[in-house]
Amino acid sequence: MSEAILEPTAAEPAPVFHTPAQEASARLKELFPDVVSDETREGYEGLAVYADSLPEIAKALRDELGFNYLSSVTGVDNIEEGKLEAVYHLYSIARGGGPVVLHVQVDRNEPVIPTLVPVFRGAEFQEREAFDMFGIHFQGHPDLRRILTWDGFNGYPLRKDWHEPFFEEQHKPFGSRWPEGEVFRAEEKTPYGKNVQYPAGWLPTGDEYDVETDVYLGLSYSRDATPGLRTDKVTVNLGPQHPSTHGVFRMVVTLDGETIIDLKPVMGYLHRNHEKIGERNTFIMNMPFTDRLDYLSGVSNNFGYALTVEKLFGLSVPERAEWLRILTAELIRIGNHLWALGFLLNDLGALQTPMLYFYIERELIVDFFEALTGSRMMHNYMRFGGVAYDLPDEVRGVPTMKYLEEMVFNRLPRVLEQGDELMTGNEIVRARSIGVGYLSPADAINMSAAGPLLRASGVPYDLRRAEPYSFYDRLDFDIAVRYNGDIYDRYLVRMDEMRQSLRIIEQVLPHLRRTEGAPIIGDKPQYALRAPRGGESYGRVENPKGELGFYVTAKRRDGNPSRYHVRAPSFINLTTLGPMSRGYKVADVVAILGSIDIVLGEVDR
Amino acid sequence: MYGTGILKGLGVTLRHFFQTYADDLRWAGKGGRYYNDEAFAVRQSPEAQGVITVFYPEEKLAVPERFRFVPFLVTDDPPPGQRWGHDWCTSCGICAKVCPPQCIWIERGKLPNGRPKPEPVNFFIDIDICMNCGYCAEFCPFDAIKMDHDYELAGYDRSTAHIHDKARLSKPLSYWQEISPKRAAAEEFGRQMAESAKTKKKGPDEEAAPGMPNDVARQLPYRGAQY
Repeated sequence: MSEAILEPTAAEPAPVFHTPAQEASARLKELFPDVVSDETREGYEGLAVYADSLPEIAKALRDELGFNYLSSVTGVDNIEEGKLEAVYHLYSIARGGGPVVLHVQVDRNEPVIPTLVPVFRGAEFQEREAFDMFGIHFQGHPDLRRILTWDGFNGYPLRKDWHEPFFEEQHKPFGSRWPEGEVFRAEEKTPYGKNVQYPAGWLPTGDEYDVETDVYLGLSYSRDATPGLRTDKVTVNLGPQHPSTHGVFRMVVTLDGETIIDLKPVMGYLHRNHEKIGERNTFIMNMPFTDRLDYLSGVSNNFGYALTVEKLFGLSVPERAEWLRILTAELIRIGNHLWALGFLLNDLGALQTPMLYFYIERELIVDFFEALTGSRMMHNYMRFGGVAYDLPDEVRGVPTMKYLEEMVFNRLPRVLEQGDELMTGNEIVRARSIGVGYLSPADAINMSAAGPLLRASGVPYDLRRAEPYSFYDRLDFDIAVRYNGDIYDRYLVRMDEMRQSLRIIEQVLPHLRRTEGAPIIGDKPQYALRAPRGGESYGRVENPKGELGFYVTAKRRDGNPSRYHVRAPSFINLTTLGPMSRGYKVADVVAILGSIDIVLGEVDR
Repeated sequence: MYGTGILKGLGVTLRHFFQTYADDLRWAGKGGRYYNDEAFAVRQSPEAQGVITVFYPEEKLAVPERFRFVPFLVTDDPPPGQRWGHDWCTSCGICAKVCPPQCIWIERGKLPNGRPKPEPVNFFIDIDICMNCGYCAEFCPFDAIKMDHDYELAGYDRSTAHIHDKARLSKPLSYWQEISPKRAAAEEFGRQMAESAKTKKKGPDEEAAPGMPNDVARQLPYRGAQY
């Protein structure tokens, strides 16, 4: 069908493509001339696509054009046009660079979009999330259930006409706060018992309350592992209250003896609808909320959000602020990985004590952040166009630069050495982790795994290199990559990454000395920012857990984002948990989950 | 050889075990390692070895100047016999507008003729909602609201004790200078700089106001860009 359209004329020069994404978009328009067109809305990029042909387009992108990584799937409620929209961001692992963005608009009353799960398994949880939040039906999805809210939840919370029980106004700041400020507590207006709505005909005491059936039915039953012996499969809940799950997270597992036959993660116990809050908020109000996503790497979340909004607003960042951003992001990466390794040991059965050996140094990092930003974990450090604070005079009584040098050249390398000594050669660690929880490179890409999980499977994809942001292109470092795709390699990748982070910080320190006294923010910050242009913006950073993306849309002159979406690496990495765990023992699953390194604040959002 | 890895790992544990005693010995003749201010400072510094635990509440970590907890309102130093001086707050409402969880309520004063009076009649902060982000202090144009260092706020009654009113929130300037001396001085410097820039504008031949020195500017958010 495409040949008929291609009528090359001799006079027309071959088009010049600056990025792989442009090239792929042009090719797509040739391949699917009737259903793919350029997105025409102001400030939007990418392609507008008809819903029906989405799977074919995705397949062509994956197989022919090399855009094989589906980073983000999300919904948008365009209530004025009466449309629901699904937005897909696809990247090329091999070629790097920017995304091909697909926009699919469907009627709000009949939102049906064919599923992408057969093409990209990474879409599974994200489509479920879009179904949960917007009520978009993904036709053909193997397991389309609510994922973050529960089955007795009424309505689709991210639709613009849905109001939470403590609803006050559409957007902050609320009028009741000033100038007439009459204080009240939210519970007074919506007392306990009246703050829950159930779907029509749904009774909390009725039979429908047995919502778990769906979860259990979804688990596949295979034939007996031991032929000839009549055995029963047992379905067991690991969690939600279980120390091995790193928070309130549940794994429903079907067991044959000790062997995992199937596993389904159940999440949402910490769900607070971060995105709805984000859409009520003004732009700047979201910054401290991002700290609460992956609370182990608050400043890195700030980074992602700041980049996204700076892209939308067209702001530039002064040099010193960029170096400070990289310094903090890399320090927090080390802090996060120290935490992850400690917990991995914990999950492998070396309870508590060895974990603390890593935390002594993490404590130094946290102390540094306390002196720099005023808070140990909820940093709220970055602002649009810069950072909030310059380096402090001293940290714990030591001049800041000396403290940093002591950390970077002495303490942190030493703790990595100690980690090597403790874990790398340890026979128990090796026996428990080598060959366990295997994830093949093809699966890792297909399931949208990100960060150390992806790189431990032999895919050298690091956003700091693939699509460099900030000053990462000026720095000399390697992408940490290992090839066996098991728990042990994930551990090694994290060790390598910490070494690379140290290498980066070593290069950043002279720049910090050089730029001493330079400005750290572009303009005098404003408390009421308005979007200078309408449109969308997708920014992503390489978080310690993986690719953290923010999708923000706004209307011109608006003070609030009209859509605020977080592509949470912990959440999407969990797609791999079920396939990785099949065939291993119960005790291994705990370690496999530990090796993914999730934070529930980010999973449940 | 099989098992050497485990032995090496146990060596790490053993090292940590002895390190805890190494510092005990070092401080043996000098008043001991615990409950000793001098030793405590070392225990919390990068030179710490072995156990770095803090025995809260007998020992407390010193919080850095930038530490932020539930905000308080700055007033002038009180005249003798009174608890507070004049409020710095003009009830402009910027803190209430920028507050992400919307935990600030301000009742603006009124003059007899009905015009707004730049003074709050009432000021409430629901500390259960406050997320300690520090925006109110950052964006206040009058340096009238600051983040506190007092983090021990446990109470018995959530419904009444956790909404702080103006009386509870107000603290004199001297308190701010005490908990955050460098920053308070830098703010004073910034205010004077802004003041002199204002008066200088009137005179035609004056030079531009000198910028803030680096060691002053770095104490302030945005390096004092707001002044």
